[in-house]
Amino acid sequence: MNPRIAKALINGLLIGATIIALFPLLWMLSVSLMYPGEASALPPPLLPTHATLHNYRELFARAGMGRYLLNSLSVSAAITVLSLALNIMAGYAFAKLRFAGCNTLFKAVMGMLAIPAQVAMLPLFLMLKPIGLVNNYGGVIVPAMASAFGIFLVRQYARGIPDELLEAARIDGAGELRIFARIVLPLLKPIMVTLAIYTFLTAWNDFMWPLIVLTGQEHYTLPLGLASLAREHAQDAELMMAGSVITVVPVLVLFLALQRYYLEGLLLGSVKG
Amino acid sequence: MNRQPAAWLFLAPAAIVLGVFFLVPVIGALVLSLTDYDLYALADLHNLRFVAFDNYWALLHRPLFWRALWHTVYFVVVAVPLSIAVSLCTALLLHSPLARCKPFFRTALFAPVVTTVVAVAVVWRYLFNTKYGLVNDMLGGIGIHPVDWLGDPHWAMPAIILFAVWKNFGYNMIILLAGLQAIPADFYEAARIDGASAWQQFRHITLPMLAPILLMVGILTVSGYFQLFAEPYVITEGGPLESTVSVLYLMYNEGFKWWNLGSASAIAFLLFAIMFVVTACMLRFGRRESEA
Repeated sequence: MNPRIAKALINGLLIGATIIALFPLLWMLSVSLMYPGEASALPPPLLPTHATLHNYRELFARAGMGRYLLNSLSVSAAITVLSLALNIMAGYAFAKLRFAGCNTLFKAVMGMLAIPAQVAMLPLFLMLKPIGLVNNYGGVIVPAMASAFGIFLVRQYARGIPDELLEAARIDGAGELRIFARIVLPLLKPIMVTLAIYTFLTAWNDFMWPLIVLTGQEHYTLPLGLASLAREHAQDAELMMAGSVITVVPVLVLFLALQRYYLEGLLLGSVKG
Repeated sequence: MNRQPAAWLFLAPAAIVLGVFFLVPVIGALVLSLTDYDLYALADLHNLRFVAFDNYWALLHRPLFWRALWHTVYFVVVAVPLSIAVSLCTALLLHSPLARCKPFFRTALFAPVVTTVVAVAVVWRYLFNTKYGLVNDMLGGIGIHPVDWLGDPHWAMPAIILFAVWKNFGYNMIILLAGLQAIPADFYEAARIDGASAWQQFRHITLPMLAPILLMVGILTVSGYFQLFAEPYVITEGGPLESTVSVLYLMYNEGFKWWNLGSASAIAFLLFAIMFVVTACMLRFGRRESEA
């Protein structure tokens, strides 16, 4: 084939695919700026005639969107910080500290990856109920404080730390905690950023478990609030698009800012250990 | 020097969380599925009875369970190959030396993956609207009559499949792209000297070299797609005529709407068993293929 035609074809197909990938997101943004009812016209309008923030004001003033946003932010931030700490410590221990039963335990953790989370949800709900964690942010945060995937990711990365470095510190008389804080943590910084973004996005986008455990509206995260609004306001396309924008924009911005780390983590996590 | 105590100190917090909040509930689910845990037991544990495999037996005789399983299998069987095909095509395009602005295209194509399922599902619900939706508007542009995507039991699942492919293809695209980049360039060079066409190069170099990654991507996608829940919950609410009730949707309704937690646990375990068998078969088959 003529290289110029091939080049045009390949780039044309890429542009086409990109339009399909981005169009729903751009349409969402555009409709969110329309006046109520404007999108339900024939032919369907692509751009607002007069852009307005009416829907956003409505969501924050009447629909409690501010509360959902705050809930999502605090729950996702808490999960990120806590699970980062626990997964880093465990991943490092699996990678660098030889101990009896190390391999067996690691295999058990990997085995957990094969079990779908939904299997645990029903008993977990019954377990959390008597200790007051149902309809409580803790019900979402506590079970997410450690993840088999996070531990796996950190272990993969921490295996690259040279043993000589740790041995030298031990010979100098440094304790294990000191070695971890002074030598290991700084070396693990890149994987910490990766894991932090990954965890935050997963927590932010999570739906099924929060839907089960957060029973009262005042505790809803954005996806729950949005799903319940979508059932009440099925006809208000413009209002719902504004709600979707508020839900999606924070994670998209975070991803765009730190995508290098995110994509590296995705590849690291998918390579078999 | 004894490093055991330090190791356990580092491991303990994560191990306790995973043990208490994951392993114990999984075992609990197995026990729960052998009981008639329902609203009465929720009120007073004395009403709880051990029923052995009755829940499983009852499920296997329940048409709605079989329909939910069929819908889920339909989704997996159609959406997984479609997703991977789209991922592979876009990865090949991005890998081509002729492609321009690669970082931009890569980021743009990946963007749907990081979005919140619920939010973009809400968006697609309006795009699929029979009268005002842009999907029908565009189909109308090429002379296709409007499709009642979300109101017709035959079209609701295809709509969800299209949505899932759009949402997820970018993930595997990135993994496959890395796989393509790892294939040594001299292989293609040698093939070109031997006069192999682009298709022959793809068929005899790219595909075999990519096979292990395709298998892994396939297994991950299959197990992810078996867990279909948020999409029908938001887009169709299981309808129309229960045509998009998935196994997990049924589990959710059974457990948290009707409070039949025993029966819902049995559904969860059956799904787990099915997923396990399917992915184990894929692994077995894939390994045999690569040895042959």
